[in-house]
Amino acid sequence: MKFTDNIEELKEISRRMRIDILKMLHESGSGHSGSSLSCIDILVAIYFSKMDHSPDRKREDLRDKFVLSKGHGAPALYAVLAECGYFGKENLLTLRKLKSKLSGHPYSCSTPGVEVTTGSLGQGLSQSNGLAMAGRLNGEDANVYCLLGDGEVQEGQVWEAAMSAAHCKLDSVIAIVDHNQLQIDGAVENIKNIEPLSDKWAAFGWYVQDIDGHDFRQILDAIDAAKAEKERPSLINAHTIKGKGVSFMEGVVKWHGTAPGAEELEKALEELSAPAGGGK
Amino acid sequence: MTVEKLSLREYYGKTLVQLGGENKDIVVLDADLSSSTKTSLFGKEFPDRFFNMGVSEQDLMGTAAGLAAGGKIPFVSTFSIFASGRAWEQIRQSICYPQQNVKIVTTHGGITVGPDGPTHQALEDISLMRSIPSMKVIVPSDAHETVAAIKAVLDFNGPVFIRLSREKFPVIFDETKTFKLGNADVLKKGADLTIIACGLMVHTALEAAGELEKEGISIGVINMSSIKPLDRSAILAAARETGAIVTAEEHSIIGGLGSAVTELTSENIPVPVVRVGVRDVFCSSGTAEELLACYNLDKNAIITAAHRALELKKQRRV
Repeated sequence: MKFTDNIEELKEISRRMRIDILKMLHESGSGHSGSSLSCIDILVAIYFSKMDHSPDRKREDLRDKFVLSKGHGAPALYAVLAECGYFGKENLLTLRKLKSKLSGHPYSCSTPGVEVTTGSLGQGLSQSNGLAMAGRLNGEDANVYCLLGDGEVQEGQVWEAAMSAAHCKLDSVIAIVDHNQLQIDGAVENIKNIEPLSDKWAAFGWYVQDIDGHDFRQILDAIDAAKAEKERPSLINAHTIKGKGVSFMEGVVKWHGTAPGAEELEKALEELSAPAGGGK
Repeated sequence: MTVEKLSLREYYGKTLVQLGGENKDIVVLDADLSSSTKTSLFGKEFPDRFFNMGVSEQDLMGTAAGLAAGGKIPFVSTFSIFASGRAWEQIRQSICYPQQNVKIVTTHGGITVGPDGPTHQALEDISLMRSIPSMKVIVPSDAHETVAAIKAVLDFNGPVFIRLSREKFPVIFDETKTFKLGNADVLKKGADLTIIACGLMVHTALEAAGELEKEGISIGVINMSSIKPLDRSAILAAARETGAIVTAEEHSIIGGLGSAVTELTSENIPVPVVRVGVRDVFCSSGTAEELLACYNLDKNAIITAAHRALELKKQRRV
């Protein structure tokens, strides 16, 4: 794999990752399309530009770490990990199948590159804090990235962990909210409003930035600013679109946890067929 | 004659300090109860490796999982009900499923928490922990066994739950006591019936056995501190050799030691098993002694259960 700061290259990787995500979801017949597509640009920015990592490094080696707290975005993580070389791409089509390396939600014991186990919402930030505390005890200069869902922040444990990270001044923790405004049962604001989200994190003692979560320039700059921040953890409130990149999935709640059928896949792949360019 | 009693949690705290000096990877986490659980002793000695997570048990377990993923060996303590109940799902998902090397050592297990009442008593903790795949469950019977168990689990890589208590326990073993997962102590051999107990009830079982011997009944007593994995061979030998079993635990009769023993015997050597424990009720405030008597966790309860088991054994033969 190669790292890049080139926006066009990152867009092109994202386009290919979207194709991998849709193909694996179609093959599995279940899984979270909309939630994977809304966070893939963030994952690509982290894994192909900002994170210090390599599939060749062992568990105990110094490296940055990533925790997918919104574990249902697993297809996006698996696509990226395969592209980075953590495991062969042929595994992608085994998603969610019996005895597959790729469980429905990220499992550290079965999937190379998956740092900790997530999927039951609200549990990833505490684990990220623990990883950061272990790194600090070892005198390591490494970041821990943690991707949360916006529906997920309705879990109380997220706020327990938010308090802990600020109290312990875990400035190596960079949490990102994939703020796509939809959860399983509908719009987040109708189910249980989480706003004002950025103000809440700021009130908890975090350095907060609001960005467009599909604009690579903004994602990269926000991560740089978060890395430079000392004495407090960082929260990037990334405003995204559920199902981003596939017109008929964008902003449609039913695509939160649905896989595309054959016709839908064909239509989606057609939309994604042209190499990335133009737009944001 | 007065019985010597020692605090399990005091010995836990002191052992942590000793181990912390020897192994720099040990970290300790607590949730605002460190002066009760005695992890404060470690915190005083090694402030950099002690994390008071505040009143946040879910975050406590999750953070411990992260520290373990980062190569540390976390010992996590709080009251048993809050660890096993409040944070059950974090223990299942973040610790046990990914096989994180986290040692959960709780205090204030059982009914002898006393005056704080049912909100703080843990009568389901063994059951809750035992049902999670891969979790090891240990209930030491005295302070010396506590020390041995804490040291032993350090050599085991994976999640462990050790349940201690608020009350001081009568001393059964001396400092040479060793502990091995899956190994019980046969404290007394008998011919007619075996009492299998854990925790505080081991001492009570020995007292009850003494009384029953006076009636001419030959009683065996086993300390089953390793509730998961169970010492299968010790239990099956007791079933084969004595043909009747009484279990005794400071826990609900549902899902704890009594259930574990019954599950094993019924599938292998189905002998009568009569369980002594809290019979599916919420208890009350009160002193430890009052509560043990009120909810049938005393010597007399074990003697009554033994007679019942012997009667069932006789009926089977007819």
